[in-house]
Amino acid sequence: MSLISAEKLGVRLGGHEVLSGVDFAIERGEIVTIVGPNGSGKSTFLRALIGAQPLNSGRIVRAHGLRIGYVPQRLHIDPTLPMTVARFLSLPRRRGAADVSRALERVAVPHLEGRQMADLSGGQFQRVLLARALLEAPDLLILDEATQGLDQPGSAAFYRLIEELRQDLGCAVLMVSHELHVVMAASDRVICLNGHVCCQGTPEIVASAPEYRALFGTGTQGALALYRHDHNHSHEGDCDHAHHRHEEEA
Amino acid sequence: MSLLDDFLIRAALAGIGVALAAAPMGCFVVWRRMAYFGDATAHAAILGVALALALDIPVFGGAVAVALVMALTVSTLSGRGYSMDTLLGVLAHSALAFGLVAVSFLTDVRIDLMAYLFGDILAVGHADLAVIWSGALLVLVLLAWRWQALLTATLNPDLAYAGGLDPRREQLILTLALALVVAVAIKVVGVLLIAAMLLIPAAVARPFVRTPEQMAIGASVSAVISVLGGLALSLEYDTPAGPSIVCVAAALFVLSSLFRGIGQRA
Repeated sequence: MSLISAEKLGVRLGGHEVLSGVDFAIERGEIVTIVGPNGSGKSTFLRALIGAQPLNSGRIVRAHGLRIGYVPQRLHIDPTLPMTVARFLSLPRRRGAADVSRALERVAVPHLEGRQMADLSGGQFQRVLLARALLEAPDLLILDEATQGLDQPGSAAFYRLIEELRQDLGCAVLMVSHELHVVMAASDRVICLNGHVCCQGTPEIVASAPEYRALFGTGTQGALALYRHDHNHSHEGDCDHAHHRHEEEA
Repeated sequence: MSLLDDFLIRAALAGIGVALAAAPMGCFVVWRRMAYFGDATAHAAILGVALALALDIPVFGGAVAVALVMALTVSTLSGRGYSMDTLLGVLAHSALAFGLVAVSFLTDVRIDLMAYLFGDILAVGHADLAVIWSGALLVLVLLAWRWQALLTATLNPDLAYAGGLDPRREQLILTLALALVVAVAIKVVGVLLIAAMLLIPAAVARPFVRTPEQMAIGASVSAVISVLGGLALSLEYDTPAGPSIVCVAAALFVLSSLFRGIGQRA
């Protein structure tokens, strides 16, 4: 059984259809990346999976007792709210000092316990968010644009860490990213989302899919050279929407 | 003769009860930027007082009920396309105005409006004391019970959802706690100054603390000092007690801000 699956998911926000007919499932230990242009409903989809976004249609099925570790896109902590790293890691469940220190070591930012969250650098902050998710001992780690604001070496290191964690902990990973070349290299499966699932498959398949090229243009071809193969494949579902419109917006 | 027969002891106990409930609640008001929300709820309470007197039900009950209705209205309307500060500004002042008009209809009841607007802590009786402490303890129990969940929801609603919590439920609990604080504080500082008792002690504590718990405790300490200092001031110079309490709190805030300024330069 899948860890979590969505059937014919539909979400409307303010009268605008953000997601429609999205089918999705993720298996134990799998790394899945969702790519898509701005406004394609990536974050909304993740929020629906964690239960933060009411659905207009379809349903979500979770494996019994599923533990999710969630790393949000960005987290603004109001300056009036004092918060040490150790205290932050003890939310929403209290954690022992040993667990906290082990989690920080695991994400390679040891001894930060006493620091204020507000004083952390961008890279440290993201790793602390990840440490908090790991303390849940998650079956599924969900990351929403977790490397936003990190420079390229920083985000590459972050994704390497994610891969290591998957190996050590055996958790599945679902992430959203706009850094296609970095993220796709580490994925088992890529889903190209634009209100609906345009195409999905291994990184190689998606990178060469016409739907994907139409969404992201030809500018990314250099970075994606790795994935350019000649092979035949077919897509499910219709792709008759106006992709070129998104190119202009991007 | 019991100790509680002394009006000054009763006043101090009433003030401390309110301080202990308002301070941790006030931390959430500050963290969640609900200052105006606190104001609207407090101002609505005067309407509750008027209705309670008209219907001959306990003032505390009337104040809690109307404050709760106001707080729920604001929670519901927020995020529906209204600008939040306009909405709260409209509701806060309309509630106060309707309350004042409603009071004026109560011709057969002689009520001292000033006592409800600015509090009448020196006239606190045994029954008031019991109501204030029960309400305050209820607020503290609510906050302590939901503390971890409330903090998570305050930090980020999505983190709460992912952790299996419902931030809307936590918001409701805060709303209920706020209505209770308002109702117990009416007698002590009056509806116009309740927001000050929520905000100022929390703001005083902020520069000295590193965790949410320390801030709640720090706010409670500064609120109790404000109450006792205000009562002393009132006794010494014959000033109105409620406003005197807020004046002491404001003075503490100035000192705390100076400390912060020095801390940053060093």
